[in-house]
Order: sequence, then C-alpha cells, then structure tokens
Amino acid sequence: MQRFSALSLLRRGLAGQRGWQPQWRHAEPKAAYDALIVGGGGHGLGTAYYLASEHRLTNIAVLEKGWIGSGNTGRNTTIIRSNYLFPESAALYDHAVKLWESLSQRLNYNVMFSQRGVLMLAHTVHDMQVAKRHVHANRAAGVDNEWLTPRAAQAFCPLLNIGEIRYPVLGAALQRRGGTARHDAVAWGYARAADALGVDIIENCEVTGIRRDASGAVEGVETTRGTIRAPRVGVAAAGHTSVILKMADVELPLESYPLQALVSEPVKPVFPCVVMSNTIHAYISQSDKGELVIGAGTDAYTSYTQRGGPHITSHALEAICELFPMFRRMRMLRCWGGIVDVTPDRSPIIGKSGVPGLYVNCGWGTGGFKATPGSAHVFAWTIARDEPHPLNAPFTLERFRDGNLIDEAAAAAVAH
Amino acid sequence: MLLIECPYCGERPEPEFVYGGQAHIARPPDPAQLSAQQWARYLYLRDNPRGVHAERWRHTHGCGRFFNALRDTRSDHFLATYKVGEAPPQAAKDSR
Repeated sequence: MQRFSALSLLRRGLAGQRGWQPQWRHAEPKAAYDALIVGGGGHGLGTAYYLASEHRLTNIAVLEKGWIGSGNTGRNTTIIRSNYLFPESAALYDHAVKLWESLSQRLNYNVMFSQRGVLMLAHTVHDMQVAKRHVHANRAAGVDNEWLTPRAAQAFCPLLNIGEIRYPVLGAALQRRGGTARHDAVAWGYARAADALGVDIIENCEVTGIRRDASGAVEGVETTRGTIRAPRVGVAAAGHTSVILKMADVELPLESYPLQALVSEPVKPVFPCVVMSNTIHAYISQSDKGELVIGAGTDAYTSYTQRGGPHITSHALEAICELFPMFRRMRMLRCWGGIVDVTPDRSPIIGKSGVPGLYVNCGWGTGGFKATPGSAHVFAWTIARDEPHPLNAPFTLERFRDGNLIDEAAAAAVAH
Repeated sequence: MLLIECPYCGERPEPEFVYGGQAHIARPPDPAQLSAQQWARYLYLRDNPRGVHAERWRHTHGCGRFFNALRDTRSDHFLATYKVGEAPPQAAKDSR
C-alpha cells in the first residue's frame, strides 16, 4: 500500500500526480476462503478490515453485488452521534464515535471526520421532556450531551429561526462530539486498508444462494461468479438482509423502507453544525464541498426500489425553509433513496443467525452510518470468536423472542 | 407518489392513504397456548419480500376503509387491490 503523507502528496504533486497505484486490487474470487463478508458497504468492509487487523483472519473476501459503497454507505447524510437513550445503545454508538476519532490516522486515509456538533431541536413540551431525558441519561452513561435554551441554540447555529415559525424552537440537545464524515472515504479507506492486509474485495458479485452441509452449517455461498466455499459467512447487506438470510431459511424481524436524502447546489461555508428536528422532521448539514445535505423521512411502505415519493422530500424542505429562511431560494441538485432495514425496536441485530457459521449485522434502520466503525469492530469479533463482543451481546436476534427489546424509537430521529 | 386504486373509491393519490403493513396476519386465537417463539413470530416477523407483497392500506382521507393490495416491491407497481376478507387474486399472485 502506498502510504499517504504530506511528503508523498507533495512529491506526487510535483511529479504531475503520476505514479499513484490503484487503492485496492481488482480481486478475482478464489474457490475457498476462511470467511466471507456479504455486502461491500462501510460495515462489511470495516468488518473485513478488523477481521484481518485484529483477528489475523486474512484469507477472507468481501462480496459486493455492485460497486463498494454503492448502497446506503453512499446514500446517507453522514451524521455521526451517540446520544441514544438506553445504556446498551449509548455504549455501542459511543464505541463507534471513539473509533471515528482516530479512524483517519488508523487507516492512513482522510475520512474527513468533523466533530462540529449535532443539535437536536425540541418544538413541544413533550419534545423537551424527551430531549432532557436523553441529556440526563447520556451524561449518566458518560456520553456528552447538553441542554441549550433557544437563545443558546441560536448562538451555536446563528442561522436558526427560533421564533417566527409554526412550532417555535423551545430548546435543543447538543452533542458536541457529534458531527459528520465523508461517507465514500469510509468505504474506500476501509477497502484500501483491508486490501493491504490481503483481503479480497470482489465487486459485481451477487450472492444468489447459501450452501449448507448435512449438519446444517454454512459451507459457502453461490454467487453470480460461481461457488465460493467458506466455513463462516457474515452478512452486512442492510436493506437486502431479509433476501439474503431467506436463502438459509432464516427469518428476521425486518422491514425494508426507502429513505430519501437530497443535496443543494454548493455554496460557500455557511452552516457550522448539524441540526436535526424530529418533530417537524428535517435534518441538515453542509458538506465540505459546500452542498447542503438534507435528510427526509422514510416512505410509508416497504420497497426495494431505492426511490421514494416527492411529497416526502418536499415535506423535509418545507421544514428546512421554516427553520432556516435564508435557504428558501436554494436550489436542490439531486435526491435519491436508500433501502433501510428497520427492526421493531429500531435497534440493530448483530450476532449469530441460528445457522452455524452464519452471522448477521442488520437492522440499523435509518441510522447505520454513524455506527460504521463500532459495528464493524464488534461484528468482526463476533465472527472471529463465534461469540458476541460485550458491546453487541444485548443486540441478539433472540431479544425479540425473550422480550428484551432496546426501544430506541425516539433516539432514531427519523420518523417511521 | 403512488396512485392507488381504492376498491370503493377508485384511483387516488398516495397522500390520501395510510399504509397498514403486511396483510393476512391473523391474531392467534389463544395466545396463552403459544411458545415465546410463536408469539414473537406473530408480533415481529414479517415477510419483507423483494417481489410481490400482500399489504393493507387504509383510505383515511376518503372512505376511511381498510383494503388489501398486492404490490411488487421491486417496482412499487400495484398488481391488484381487493376488499378485506377476500383472497388475493390468483392471477396477480401468479405473475410474481
């Protein structure tokens, strides 16, 4: 792997940017591996990276049906935060935030992690009660979160309109360690680092079946590029997890919905933080490229189309225009949808599937990007040791049978 | 935005409707007799197919009535809508 440094950038720059190598190999599938990861998004690529770097499993491959980062990794609004209500979730998401803080250095790849602060607005008395409960719960769990008055919220985000709107801003919860990162760079950085450790990243390779031996254990997968054998298969396929797991007759409590986002034309730096409003439903930040990145809600119905209704995005824009009147004349450049797998308690499922050798990491719903490093880290542990890491131990599939739900509907932020 | 054919009112735009989730899930007659796994299946497990999905809709801002639909989740194309209590139209189901 060619390492990046100020010196290497300068040297290549003076040489006319010639001599750069591809960031990862164009791998052909081998007949067998020690483990396979299905899904080449941030979670899957990160899992492969941690399997190789921390568990010394290097004879592994990541199978991606399209190109890496083409699913929800490239479709989200890049918001990172860990202000979830319950101790299990706060610990898991904060594990991710801690990994984010050193991820660029660790991968030698700039993921542009920016802790610019996430402001979550309250517009009703009920909002205030819920937000304050989150603030106190987070502080008790060692996760930073603070309550701001409307004036203090406006001081933190000067563009915010706190008064002249249908639902005035009554206060806000601020997580200063929250922020954004460059989503594509996360996929590319993990891919590059995993590839350097010997991991095969195989694109345009769709899994069409899961092979099992006489005892029922996993022995490999069928793909559009032939059979690949492996005693362990980890699935990180987001909205398509139900489809993959059905190949092994595993049923999951998931429903797949379209979630839409959109970006504006790029403008000069104008927006200093991330603002989210659950009640009037919109969230917004500005990318380093200058685009306003705006998140809308999920569509009402399950779908795999990667698109949604325009009334969903216009609803989000109406909220943005109320909160930030100066954006009323901004033009939107693109909008798109990603398919998110939603669980009944809005918390992920990370662990064993019930089929020996088959592991699943799914159910991140509308908020998986923020968890990418933490999710990948504990999932790699689970696959390597055939037992959950203490942080993902509560996030089993069995919790639905046993009634140990981790109900994060309020913290999940996106209305669904 | 979807155009949905209410079996009572005809074609109307999606905002008039509320989605009701998977159709044809019967509440078990005697929940106390079920195992935890069976009860969890009733509460939480859904088909979530990439293909034809039988689902409930309610024409909230119209006749107010529930009805069922077959929709292909790969295209969001409605294959059929039918009244509650009726079986899914076989022709539409076969086209999956």
